[in-house]
Amino acid sequence: MSERDFSARSSNVTLIDLTKRFRSLDGSGEVLAVDDVNLEVKTGELVTILGPSGCGKTTTLRMIAGFEYPTSGSILIGDKDVAKIPPNKRGLSMVFQSYALFPHLSIYENVAYGLRVQKLPASEIRERTERALDLMQLTTMAKRYPSQVSGGQQQRIALARAIVIEPSVLLFDEPLSNLDAKLREYMRDELRKLQKRLGITSLYVTHDQSEAMAISDRVVIMKEGRIRQVGTPREIYAFPQSRFVADFMGKANFLEVEVLGIDGESARIDIGGKAFIVPRAGKVRPNSGSALLVVRPEALRLISLSNAENEIPLRGCIDRFTYFGNIARYEVSTENGPLLIESYNPEASSIFEEGDNVGVIIDFESVRLLPPENKEQQ
Amino acid sequence: MRENTRLSVAHLVRDPVLLFLVILVFVGLFLFIILPLGKIFAYSVTTNDGRLSFQAAWDMLRSRSYLAPLKNSMLLGITTGILATIIGYVFAYALTRVDMPLKRFFKAIATIPIISPPFILSLSMIFLFGRNGLITRRLLGIEDANVYGMHSLVVVQTISFFPIAYLTLTGTLSKLNPAVEDAALNLGASKARIFRTVTLPLSVPGILSSFLLVFIQSMEDFSNPAVISGSFSTLAVEAYRTITGMYDMRGGSLMALLLLIPTLIAFLLQKYWLSGKSFVTVTGKPTISQQQSKDPKLVWPLFALCMLISLVILLFYGTVLVGAFVKVWGINFSFTWAHFKYVMTLGWIPLRNSVVLALASTPIAGLLGMIIAFLVVRKEFPGRRAMEFISMLTFAVPGTVVGIGYILAFNDKPFMWTGSAFLLIMAFAFRNMPVGIEAGTSTLLQIDRSIEEASTILGATGAVTFRRISLPMLKQAFFSGLVYSFVRAMTAVSTVIFLISPRWNLATISIFSLFESSKYSDAAAYIIVMILFIIVAIGVLNLLVGLMGRGGPSTSGGSSERA
Repeated sequence: MSERDFSARSSNVTLIDLTKRFRSLDGSGEVLAVDDVNLEVKTGELVTILGPSGCGKTTTLRMIAGFEYPTSGSILIGDKDVAKIPPNKRGLSMVFQSYALFPHLSIYENVAYGLRVQKLPASEIRERTERALDLMQLTTMAKRYPSQVSGGQQQRIALARAIVIEPSVLLFDEPLSNLDAKLREYMRDELRKLQKRLGITSLYVTHDQSEAMAISDRVVIMKEGRIRQVGTPREIYAFPQSRFVADFMGKANFLEVEVLGIDGESARIDIGGKAFIVPRAGKVRPNSGSALLVVRPEALRLISLSNAENEIPLRGCIDRFTYFGNIARYEVSTENGPLLIESYNPEASSIFEEGDNVGVIIDFESVRLLPPENKEQQ
Repeated sequence: MRENTRLSVAHLVRDPVLLFLVILVFVGLFLFIILPLGKIFAYSVTTNDGRLSFQAAWDMLRSRSYLAPLKNSMLLGITTGILATIIGYVFAYALTRVDMPLKRFFKAIATIPIISPPFILSLSMIFLFGRNGLITRRLLGIEDANVYGMHSLVVVQTISFFPIAYLTLTGTLSKLNPAVEDAALNLGASKARIFRTVTLPLSVPGILSSFLLVFIQSMEDFSNPAVISGSFSTLAVEAYRTITGMYDMRGGSLMALLLLIPTLIAFLLQKYWLSGKSFVTVTGKPTISQQQSKDPKLVWPLFALCMLISLVILLFYGTVLVGAFVKVWGINFSFTWAHFKYVMTLGWIPLRNSVVLALASTPIAGLLGMIIAFLVVRKEFPGRRAMEFISMLTFAVPGTVVGIGYILAFNDKPFMWTGSAFLLIMAFAFRNMPVGIEAGTSTLLQIDRSIEEASTILGATGAVTFRRISLPMLKQAFFSGLVYSFVRAMTAVSTVIFLISPRWNLATISIFSLFESSKYSDAAAYIIVMILFIIVAIGVLNLLVGLMGRGGPSTSGGSSERA
C-alpha cells in the first residue's frame, strides 16, 4: 500500500517561448492570449499561475493539456516535445473547475475510467482504483453516483480520478472555486499535503491569491498573456518587482517619492520635504529622480499628532474606520493621496475614530522601492 | 481568420475519425438535401429545350392556377396558426401555471395528435359531418351537408397542430423566471394585470414561434387537404395532382418552389430572428417551483376549456375506433371484423413495408442526429455552421417538395434510385433527423464540455469518449430522436407518395387510396392497426434504449454547486 506508486512517472515541464494568438471577437484582428511564456516546473514541484481573468493562465494550462494548440513555441514534458502528441496520449491528468465527473458512472467507475481506457488487466484496475478511493476516503461511497454526494466529496472524486492513472504532471484549473469558503480552505490544505506526499509535479491555475500563497512552491504572476514575476510566495509578496504584482498580491499603498541618493544598499528619499532612509534600494538608481514606494497596509501605523511631530512622514484625516476584530482598517486621506492602513490586534493599541487628524508612521524595514514605470508597463 | 481556419484544418487532419465523419455527413447532406432542392430550382427555370429562362416560369406563375393555391395555402396556414396557438397557449398556461385536476389526462390528450397516423381526423370529420355524418345527418337531419372545404381543414389542422404550439409555449412559460412575476405581485399589481403586463409580453417570442411552426406544418400538410379540401386547392396537393394527374413535372416543380419559399421564410424567422429575442431566463440555479394559481375564477373556466377541447379530440378518435367496426357508416351500424380482415390480408404487405422501412431508417436518423449535434456543438471544423444550417433545413422543407426533388434527382443516371427501398430509407433518415439534432444539441449545450475533456485527458480517444461518455449522456435525446423518426417514417405521406413503387407500397398510401374509393371503414381499421404498431414500437424502442446504457441517475454537469 505504498503511496510512492502514484508518483513513479512524475516529470518536469518546460515552456519555451510559448505563444497563443486567437482571432479577436469582432474577427478584425488577433488577440495575444499567451505572449512568449518561458517557465520551468521542476519534478515534484507545485507551481501556481495566478492572474486576473483573461490573463492567459487557463489558456497556458490548456495548451499543456493539449486542448489548445500553441501558435508558436514549445512544451516539453520531461525532455519530450509534446507538440504533436494529442491530449489523450500525453500522460497528464487534470482536475477541472467543474470537476467534470461522469454523471452516468458510479464513483468507482469514475475513478476506474482512466485505467479501463488503458485496457489494463482487471485485477490491476481493481487494486489501483481501490487504493485511490482509500487514499481519498471514498471507499464507503464507491457505489454512489456523483450527484448523490457533497461538493467536497465530488472534489475528492475528481482528484482520485486524476491521480489513479499516475500522471507525469497534474494540472489544476481553479479546482476549489466551486466550494464554499470554509471547505475551500480545508480542501486546499488537504490538496497540498497530498501533492507533497505523492510528489506529483503540479501546475495550478487560480485567481485567488491567498489560495496561491497557501499551496505553492512557486507562484507565477501573469497579466495580459505575459509572465510578470516568478517566485516563492514570500518573494512575490515581500519583493514585488512591479506595481501590478504588488497590487495583485495582497493590498498595497503606492507613494511617489523623490530619490535623494543611494548609499550602498540603502536609499535616501524625500517624503513631503523630509528625508528618510529606505534600507533596501532594490533596482532604484541614484539618477532615477522619482521612485515608487510600495507600502503594505500593515507597514503603516497611526499615531496621534501630539507625539514628536518632526518624525512623522505623513499626516492626514481618517475617512473611514472598519473594525474586523483581529484587524482595524483605516482609510486615511493625506496630502500624498489616500492610504489604507491595517492595524493588527487593534485592542492592544489605541483605536482612532473617523474624522480624527492623525500622523502616519512608515516601517521602512518592510517597504520596497520601485523604479518609476510608465503606465503601459503596469 | 486564416490562422483559425488553418488550425481547425490541422485539427481535422490530426483526427481521422472526425475527418471521416465530417466528410460522410457532408456527402449525405449534399446528396439528400441540397441536390434535390437544387434540381427543383434548376428544373423550374429551364425550358423544354434545355435553355435557362426565368420568363417561362414567371408567365406560369402569373396564371390563376398557381396563385389560387398559394393564396389558399397561406390563408389556411395563418388561420390554423392563430387558432392552434390560442388553444396551445390555453393548454400550456393551464398546465404550467394553474392548479387544476386531471393534468396528466390533459397532457396525454395533447400528445395523441403528434403520434397518430395521418388521415384520422379527416376521416372522423367525414364520419361526423359528412353526407352520412353522425351529427349532420342523424342528429341534425341535414341531407346535403358539405364537409369538404376550408372550414373542415381548419378544424382538422387546428386539432392536429395545436400540440406543437402547446409544447413550444410550455417551454416558454415554464422557463420564465417566476421571480419576475413575484416581483410584480410584490409591487402591488393584480393577477390580471401581471398576466397582461408581465407574463403575456414575456411569452410573445414563444407565441410567435409557435405560430410560425404551426404555419409551416399547415402549409406542408398533404394528407388532410388531399382528402377533405374539396375544391379548396392547396399547394402541396396541387403540386402532386399536377405531376401525377397532368404529367406536368415543370408545373409541379414550380408549385413546390412556391410552397418552399414561405415555409423557408417562416423557418428562418423562427430560428434566427426569434431565437435571439427569447426572454427565457436560464441561470442554472434551481428555480423554486412556482406557485400555481388556485383562484377558482381562473381555474374552472380554464378547466372547462381544456375539458371541452379534450372531449372533442376524444370524440374524433373514438369515432374512428367505432367506424372501424361497423358495416357501412351512416347506413348499417352493425358490428363486423371485416375491415380488420381486409387490413390483415390485402393491406398486410404495405403495412409490413412501412414497419420494415421505418425500422431501417430509425437508427440511421437517430445516430445521424446525435453525430451531427455532437460535431456541431463540440468540434471545430470548416463548414460547421453550414452543416448545422443544412441539416436543420429539412425541418422547413415540405415533404411534397422533398418528394418532387427526389424524383428529379434520382430518376436518372448516376443515381437511379427511385422506387427503391434505399431511397425511401434515406428520405426518412434525412427528413426525420432534425428532432434528434435539436434534442442532442440542447442536451450537449447543457453538458459541461470539460466532462468530455476529462475523458480525453484520462487517455480516451475521440471515438471512445463519444461512445462511453457523450452517447450515454445523450440517451434521453437519442430516444426522443428515435421515437420521433419512427413515428414520422410510419406516418409519412407527402414525400413517399412520389417515391413508392409496386414493390415498395406503403401503409399510408394504401389508406389514401381507400379514401379515393370511399372505403372509409377499411381506412379506419387500417389506421387503428397502425396506431397499435406505433404503440408497440415505442415500447420496444424504450426497452432497447434502456438496455443500451448502464443506468444511474443522469444529471447534467458534475457539480451541484456550479456557479
